[in-house]
Amino acid sequence: MSERAYLDAASAESLHPAAREILLSALDSGWADPARLHHEGRNARLLLDNARAVLADALGVRPDEVYLTSSGTAAIHSGLPAVAAARRRVGSTIVHSAVEHSAVLHAAAATGTAAEVGVDSLGRIDQDAFSAQVTQPGVALAAIQAANHEVGTRQPIAWAAEICAQAGVPLFVDAAASIGRDAVPGGWSVLAASAHKWGGPAGVGLLAVRKGTRLSPAWPVDEREDGLSPGHPNVPAALAAAAALQARLQEAEALDKQHRAWIDELRRRVAADIADVEVVGDPDDRLPHVLTFSCLYVDGEALVTALDAEGFSVSSGSACTASTLRPSHVLAAMGVLTHGNVRVSLGRTTTYEEIDRFAQVLPGLVRRIRAEVGM
Amino acid sequence: MNLDLDCRGLLCPLPVIKLAQALPAVAVGDTITILADDPAAATDIPAWCRMRAQELVSALDHQYVVRRLT
Repeated sequence: MSERAYLDAASAESLHPAAREILLSALDSGWADPARLHHEGRNARLLLDNARAVLADALGVRPDEVYLTSSGTAAIHSGLPAVAAARRRVGSTIVHSAVEHSAVLHAAAATGTAAEVGVDSLGRIDQDAFSAQVTQPGVALAAIQAANHEVGTRQPIAWAAEICAQAGVPLFVDAAASIGRDAVPGGWSVLAASAHKWGGPAGVGLLAVRKGTRLSPAWPVDEREDGLSPGHPNVPAALAAAAALQARLQEAEALDKQHRAWIDELRRRVAADIADVEVVGDPDDRLPHVLTFSCLYVDGEALVTALDAEGFSVSSGSACTASTLRPSHVLAAMGVLTHGNVRVSLGRTTTYEEIDRFAQVLPGLVRRIRAEVGM
Repeated sequence: MNLDLDCRGLLCPLPVIKLAQALPAVAVGDTITILADDPAAATDIPAWCRMRAQELVSALDHQYVVRRLT
């Protein structure tokens, strides 16, 4: 094994160089409590305000509409129940797609009565069913992801926002897989995202809440972030997250073009060079950097391990070991093969040489694993 | 004619591998009844039928009936 190729950017990207410098200097200047009135506290507060302003600008919202949390999951776990609680007089039904991130599924199940809307074989929401559910009485909110984290398929957010606006239902958009890589249409009431997905540090999430959306935080609250994120915020990390997103958006157009071309090529080569393979997700209306496929008769974790030994880092939605109870709920909802599953996702430092080598190595590994089980 | 295949306790992708390996043992038009309690089988056996152009006759309570078409 010579060099490693990290092809799991959809799980986490390495820290953006622009964020690294900012983080190191903010560790020295932004450690104090931003709620305090002394010199050090005011310095920290300035950095936090700066981070919020940059993030707001990147998302196209006002700074006072941005709340910083301790992760994307925490943003969803605090934000979704807070929107639902403010609508408890209307009802407690939470309409969501079957392919939401588990953070949304868990928050919905813990908050009210979940009304799940199915998807087609590409992973796109059943629009008739969504529309029918949202217009029922008693809906607290609807949750749809901007694009799927496992298969890359975009959801019709602009359309959903119109349906929700007509019904007077807040739309909660989990945009964690998209922000920094793919433009997210407007019209939503609340948007959640996660910094380590765009090259910021882990431990920073955000909620953008449009004015007019009522919130009633559902857990013990303090004075921070209007009760949406208790405790002393990680100011250096927030500032680094903002710097990373700003830098990332400047590169987004070039990376989008490059990643789309490479994923298109990889999609063609995987389908052509491997027998009995199912490439999943929308081929066009999708995130630029994600490719997911499933190989018949292959243990997904064995394939991840074999690829790792060849220097490739990828993830899998398969559950071919006793340690995981169920395969990916996303693949199951789409009705596509769940075993032998691999997700490849490209980052800002991915090279063509890496994906070319991946496409060359993969078919032999699949053949070897199949041969081991007599296929 | 029907062939019974007990795949209970086997984890993915083994039930689908057993099914594929058993297919040549039945004639075109005959069926294989698979018992499989692995949660992945609920998605993967129908997906196999689609990918390999075989017919899924029924899928109920961990029991799948597949007809050989080719």
